[in-house]
Amino acid sequence: MDLYLDGITHSYGDTDVLRDVTLQIPQGMVVCLVGPSGCGKSTLLRFIGGLEQPGGGQVLQVGAPPADSLNPLTYVFQHFALLPWRTVEGNVSLVLEDHDLPRERVQRIVADVLARTRLSDFRKALPKQLSGGMKQRVALARALAVNPAVMLMDEPLSALDSQTRELLMDDLVGLWTRQPFTAVYVTHNLVEAVRLGHRIVVLSRRPGRIREVVEVERPLGERGRGDPELERIQHHLWQAMRDEALAADQELVDA
Amino acid sequence: MPDATRSGEVRSSAAESAAARPVPFRGGGFAPRRVLYVGPVVFIVLIALIEIGTQTGVISNLVLPSPSAVFWTFVELYQSGMLWKHLLPSLERLIVGGAMGAAAGVAVGVMIGLFSLVRAGLVPLVAAIFPIPKIALLPLFVIWFGIDEGSKYALIAFGTFTPTVVATYGGVDNVDRSLIRMGQSFGLAWWSIVRKIVLPGALPAILSGLRVSLAIAIILLVAAEMLGAEFGVGAYILEAGALYDLERLFAGVTILSILGVTLSWLIGRLERQLLAWRT
Repeated sequence: MDLYLDGITHSYGDTDVLRDVTLQIPQGMVVCLVGPSGCGKSTLLRFIGGLEQPGGGQVLQVGAPPADSLNPLTYVFQHFALLPWRTVEGNVSLVLEDHDLPRERVQRIVADVLARTRLSDFRKALPKQLSGGMKQRVALARALAVNPAVMLMDEPLSALDSQTRELLMDDLVGLWTRQPFTAVYVTHNLVEAVRLGHRIVVLSRRPGRIREVVEVERPLGERGRGDPELERIQHHLWQAMRDEALAADQELVDA
Repeated sequence: MPDATRSGEVRSSAAESAAARPVPFRGGGFAPRRVLYVGPVVFIVLIALIEIGTQTGVISNLVLPSPSAVFWTFVELYQSGMLWKHLLPSLERLIVGGAMGAAAGVAVGVMIGLFSLVRAGLVPLVAAIFPIPKIALLPLFVIWFGIDEGSKYALIAFGTFTPTVVATYGGVDNVDRSLIRMGQSFGLAWWSIVRKIVLPGALPAILSGLRVSLAIAIILLVAAEMLGAEFGVGAYILEAGALYDLERLFAGVTILSILGVTLSWLIGRLERQLLAWRT
């Protein structure tokens, strides 16, 4: 299933947030949205998953999601959004409970996604016992459990320290390599964008418009730190964003 | 390179200079911890002081009865079998009335928290009902619900209802919105979101609200037994008060205090069990 954003335009009151964003999200591809703070990239992600409605334009699903997908458009949130009163496996099974699945199927899915995110030993732990990186892996396991057609990731690594972020990037690359998924990945971090994105969409500052689309040809599994090709792309992205970011920083929030 | 060498110099010269002193500590505090035994000790010291005061005559018998006399009155009450005769009906009123009030309060509080229309309609009403001294309505309740148990249940239920409502909708309002968004984004049914996300999230506030409303229920127990009650802790206290029998009055009041401490302890246990997930 592909996604097609058709002329998304939105404003909060008098403030234009997004203007005429048209974008194709093909199956099996990780599309990164980058842009200065306040450019509406998280808002755009909420439109894509149907948590908010745009003022103009529409988000289209092209083709049907796989039949066994329980929740085609699935989010991974910046602050994990785990229920603190449920264990690791309880948090994963939460999203399966409303689907009338037989018991053993639920157990099989939970065991499978916890194994894929290396959490099998922590299934009975409560979120308060987990490190930030583990919490985000639980959220990732929960997202994988519903077999999404598209993962909508809203700054998933931004609440983590840089070492943990590095480890989780490897985890994400590993997950994608073993079983390619489609994702829209919102980030302000250009390192993440060049490591994880097949296609990087640069948005301008408010009102957000597509400034540039950069394709990264190198396969995810072959990208490493200090790769000169990636460094070059990252440098290019930063040049494109620098003035926008500077200008965005000078704006009053309520202007 | 120059940065590194300079920091080395600073360090050695600072140690030699006379002005070097440790940075004063100014953190700590503002973190409640469990202190055992202090609670009982406060009780014991206070009671011992009163005992000494009444024995030596510093405190007149007209002002305060001696704790030992109150204790013997209590023993007498127990031995005569009258303790249970008074306590059981009171407990029944407390449990039935309190449970009705708390259940209705939680239900209405959740409704206010979830539906804007209910909030707009009921929040002013609850604010209007809250400050009414429920004791003043007892004659009315007697006419509405009868002089028997009905009016007593109603009075206690009504008294526990309003504080529970306020605590509950406050708790629902404070449930992390990002968790609710998460539930919606995974396509959870509305009722699942309420049951699995909103209610557990509001539980800490509901339980601390219950502490307040159950204490109010005990206060209202005495009021409820003012009319048409032969037996009951409240009736016992009111009768003793009318006769100015201070020993019996205090024996009765002590029962209410013990009841209060017990309920508070029970809620504390419930909190530790149900809210173990809190950091």
